[in-house]
Amino acid sequence: MAKNILKRILISIPVLTGVVLIIFIMLRVVPGDPVTTMLGEHVNQMVIDKISKEMGLDKPLYIQFFTYISHAIRGDFGTSYRMNRNVTGIILDAFPNTVRLAVCAAIVSWIVGIATGIFAAVNKNNILDRLFMGGALLGVSMPVFMIALVLQYLFAYKLKIFPVSGYETVTSMVLPSIVLGWNSAGSIARMIRSNILEVMQEDYIRTARAKGLLEFAVMRSHALKNAMLPVVTMMALQISSMLSGAVITENIFGIPGIGRLAVNAIETRDMPLLQGTVIFTTILVILGNLTADSLYSILDPRIRKEI
Amino acid sequence: MDKDTGQTEQNFSSEIDDGIDIEESFKEKCKNIIKQNKLAFFSLIMIILIILCAVFANVICRYNPYTQSLKDRLLAPSFAHPLGTDELGRDTLTRIIFGARISLTIGLIPTLISMFIGTILGLVAGYFGGKIDFIIMRFADIMLAFPSLLLAMVVMYTMGGGLINIFIALSLVNWASTSRVVRSETLSLSKKEYVEAAKSMGVGNATIILRHILPNCIPTLVVLFTLSIPSAILSESSLSFLGVGAQPPTASWGLMVVSAKKYLFTQPVMVLAPAIAIMTVVLAFNFLGDGLRDILDPYLKER
Repeated sequence: MAKNILKRILISIPVLTGVVLIIFIMLRVVPGDPVTTMLGEHVNQMVIDKISKEMGLDKPLYIQFFTYISHAIRGDFGTSYRMNRNVTGIILDAFPNTVRLAVCAAIVSWIVGIATGIFAAVNKNNILDRLFMGGALLGVSMPVFMIALVLQYLFAYKLKIFPVSGYETVTSMVLPSIVLGWNSAGSIARMIRSNILEVMQEDYIRTARAKGLLEFAVMRSHALKNAMLPVVTMMALQISSMLSGAVITENIFGIPGIGRLAVNAIETRDMPLLQGTVIFTTILVILGNLTADSLYSILDPRIRKEI
Repeated sequence: MDKDTGQTEQNFSSEIDDGIDIEESFKEKCKNIIKQNKLAFFSLIMIILIILCAVFANVICRYNPYTQSLKDRLLAPSFAHPLGTDELGRDTLTRIIFGARISLTIGLIPTLISMFIGTILGLVAGYFGGKIDFIIMRFADIMLAFPSLLLAMVVMYTMGGGLINIFIALSLVNWASTSRVVRSETLSLSKKEYVEAAKSMGVGNATIILRHILPNCIPTLVVLFTLSIPSAILSESSLSFLGVGAQPPTASWGLMVVSAKKYLFTQPVMVLAPAIAIMTVVLAFNFLGDGLRDILDPYLKER
């Protein structure tokens, strides 16, 4: 199994290189000279040339790329145009805020999603099931910013339970976590429900019932364990959509995380910062996928050998 | 009695040709399908209504979505302005109806383009296999590794805001998942007897792909298409919300939410109306997609 995981890690190296290459090329075809964008229009040509040389922008593109990659491997993503700081430092400062938000959101989505899914599956096809699954679909279909604005209006403005924005106190994290967890809660609930219903058809469930186990025990120790398997991997795969959602959530609630950095970088046309944040988040997604694959083969002995 | 003949005719006709049905059995079939998928059918009607609204926006609306009128700023909902007016005195309902044009084109056109790219690459990868397959699929892996919103943001950074650029961004971002689905479909289809038979008769690769494999992928593609539309609409509204999508004064729903955000506490209807519009369209397409999946391809559940 260790061999399989190693193989997966090796496969993700070319993917990662491709990711860096694509982002690198995309950001280099931007019209306009990066130094002019950085300093403004009315700057002496000599100054521009000097700075371009310092930043290595006068060299051919492929040399720039290899320099970038070799620096990136050592954890150096270049210097931000606007903040005059190392991009890695800026990202690492913002990262804990995003992690905290994502972890809280994940907890919300697991608890709500799993509970709703089980409840709907137990009440299969009656009015409660319909109601809960309708709610889950609403969760999947609502734009993140809409949930955020509605919750802000209700809980921060009308009821004044939670602050409108901020990230320092525990209460200020409640709304952002619900907002970010909402969509995943919907998809987890839908998945849990259909998995439980599928597992319920299996022979071992019939055996468990035949030997006289209570329905609750059948559910807990036979159905749930198997129905949870795909969900565990889905949780790891959800990192990608969580990070996309975090961009919006952080911007609405004013949380200085990675998503906020990316939007700031676009607004101030700070190319190295944007490049760094996108590559950093993509690495996180690839790591998430790797964990998902490995977890699956650890948890499910049936497929351990196949991968 | 009627039902019986319908049944036999249907069996008979399906033996001759799967595509053509006798009219009566077709009606029966339609009735059954609608009965079993009320929600999907309702969504379909809803979508048609929204499309009609969007097409005839000029006729329906009393106001112009772009004409500003400073004396009518931030009016509360009234008979003259059912959803009130925005901070520049433009009628909110009018802007929402015109916004449907943008959301629907964003939902349809980039999705079509990305599905087209994805289908071709998927067919080629699945049918030819080997090195081509490896290269295309690794490329798809790379595209799937990006959080889609961030990748779209990078494209928008490179090309600047605006609707055309959103088209390009979304088309570039979303092809990879289609190509994966089409590839796996092609892989299983190309092992079928009729493909083997066609090959042994010396039929060319292009003909086999177009005539024997692609038509069998179409049910899957239709479902995938319907389910991709809402995510494209959501992406556009998110991009516009973040200020890297459609630019003012375009009547885009996402943009309307952003500009109304300041008035969330004083005039919530300005924020809620476009947000509910987005949600309605997204839900309708999701329901329709789910229904189509049940009708067209029972094996595609939960993909």
